[in-house]
Amino acid sequence: MKIHEYQAKEVLRRFGVVTPRGVPCFAAEEAVAAAQSLGGSVWVVKAQIHAGGRGKGGGVKVAKSLDEVKQFASQIMGMQLITHQTGPEGQKVRRLLIEEGADIRKEYYVAALTDRATQKVVMMASSEGGMDIEEVAHNTPEKIIKVFIDPLVGMTDAQAKALAVGIGVPEASQAQAMDTFRKLYICYMETDASLAEINPLILEGNGNIKALDAKFNFDSNALYRHEDIVAFRDLDEEDAAEIEASKFDLSYVSLDGNIGCLVNGAGLAMATMDVIKLYGAEPANFLDVGGGATTEKVTEAFKIMLRNPKVRGILVNIFGGIMRCDTIATGVVAAAREVHLTVPLVVRMKGTNEDLGKQILAESGLPIISADSMADAAQKIVAAVAGH
Amino acid sequence: MSILINKDTKVITQGITGKTGQFHTRMCRDYANGANCFVAGVNPKKAGEDFEGIPIHATVADAKAATGASVSVIYVPPPGAAAAIWEAVDADLDLVICITEGIPVRDMLMVRNKMKAKVAAGGKETLLLGPNCPGLITPDEIKIGIMPGHIHRKGRIGVVSRSGTLTYEAVGQLSEIGLGQSSAVGIGGDPINGLKHIDVMRMFNDDPDTDAVIMIGEIGGPDEAEAAQWCKANMKKPVVGFIAGVTAPPGKRMGHAGALISGGADTADAKLAIMEECGFKVTRNPSEMGKLLKSLL
Repeated sequence: MKIHEYQAKEVLRRFGVVTPRGVPCFAAEEAVAAAQSLGGSVWVVKAQIHAGGRGKGGGVKVAKSLDEVKQFASQIMGMQLITHQTGPEGQKVRRLLIEEGADIRKEYYVAALTDRATQKVVMMASSEGGMDIEEVAHNTPEKIIKVFIDPLVGMTDAQAKALAVGIGVPEASQAQAMDTFRKLYICYMETDASLAEINPLILEGNGNIKALDAKFNFDSNALYRHEDIVAFRDLDEEDAAEIEASKFDLSYVSLDGNIGCLVNGAGLAMATMDVIKLYGAEPANFLDVGGGATTEKVTEAFKIMLRNPKVRGILVNIFGGIMRCDTIATGVVAAAREVHLTVPLVVRMKGTNEDLGKQILAESGLPIISADSMADAAQKIVAAVAGH
Repeated sequence: MSILINKDTKVITQGITGKTGQFHTRMCRDYANGANCFVAGVNPKKAGEDFEGIPIHATVADAKAATGASVSVIYVPPPGAAAAIWEAVDADLDLVICITEGIPVRDMLMVRNKMKAKVAAGGKETLLLGPNCPGLITPDEIKIGIMPGHIHRKGRIGVVSRSGTLTYEAVGQLSEIGLGQSSAVGIGGDPINGLKHIDVMRMFNDDPDTDAVIMIGEIGGPDEAEAAQWCKANMKKPVVGFIAGVTAPPGKRMGHAGALISGGADTADAKLAIMEECGFKVTRNPSEMGKLLKSLL
């Protein structure tokens, strides 16, 4: 689960990490009052969307007067902000963060994440703050310093020091930087984050260290024990179809193609998408109905797929193990009737009660195309869509 | 022969009294030699009772002492699953198979590091398969997990995969063209897990009754590449490789917690290229895994 920058900073402050003072706004009219309450003479007006690259897209502006605050706030609020992470259609700005200006002497990067290979937490830092870290990793990998933290031990002083020295924090500010790294680590662990990134982490003119921008992802498996973080969820930032699917315990991801697919199992679902592509078409979605699909779940899955106006055909691929093919077939027939299916439907079923499942489909009177293998199914749906 | 388990393996079921545990314990007991293999269950509140004749003990240690079992399978729900893994490790079992899906990553991180610390301090090493996996099967001998037993045939091909249904797909293709399996192993779809592709490939390489292997991976993480590099230098048997997720967009979690492209080398294309370079016969068509393997024998 992702959260907004202003929420990420709130999480960081709970763990003692210093950030600029700021006020979130839900309407452009609130911006001037927010700036006045902060005081000072320079403010930053920042679009709050879940995607990165907001500055380059015109979603972050420095205001040197209250008039400018007002002007920028009304420009940014409601705009369709396009960044390299939003896709070409962009994301509508519905929230702003008004923040006090900062005296930036130097920008750094620091992030915590879990390293699969070593099964440790890796904290990585760089002297090249404010930039896309993938670019730094690609062009100047030597400028990324990493320490691997044993969760049984926690972050050691030596590790915090190695990062601070490694990225060139001046000696007078090293203790503050080390303190920030330790707190970031504790925050990462205690909130069950899967990514906690501060970019940039800044050195101010007076030598203080502050988190100027922050980004968090949280492990969705652990949300049950973090009500406070779940409260940060902003459904406006998520895909409507994915939200709807999650209500029915369906794992769904929207894609750009025109062939909907309904599969049991995540690996088989990806493989089904791949085989559609192999035969020259593109999948419209990833959809894993899981191990315990019922007629109701299958019907909801059909509805969610068909709500996508691009869908021109549907491929159902089930390897019946514990889930029996006849159960799925009954669900598919009921769903096709309920949604008055008008696009071609290819069903491939294998495994437990396969023959019974095929019989139910054949006797339904519906124009369902049956297939034997994944390849056969993909070829048939691609052909049916092409000829439709 | 087979890897990890056989008809003489004695198994403890942790979470035997839950709905999932009951259902799959029945299925496993009814498969091949299962009635002799599934010897105990664990539930501290129901010690002294039994599940359809399988005695329930308070702890894994008690169950081990009473039955001599060396393997456990876990169906405990996510909040308690990592603790269940540690209980089995603490009881010095040989192998723990964790079926549970949805365990918080931090819990797995802690228990994996505790397991490593135990070995580093001279303690007995317990192997972990999973979590979020279908388990493993040695056809006609024993199945431990949630895979459908009837699609398997006894034979000489090894199968290893992160995905459950994709493992069944490969097994189904093999059985259909007359190729049985020595063992089929699901290592699970989570980012922090126990046995990895490389560990299972080592075992298949050493197993005199395995002639060839299908290795199935997916987007995310370095494991398939690591296994392929090891195979290039060590593997004596032909390997067919498939990676799911060529069409998966970066940064999106595709069902499995571990199936997320997070930069460069963990895409399906990158992994397929490394596997090919390391001598695997790779296919981009998941319907061809069985046929391709047959062509190598």
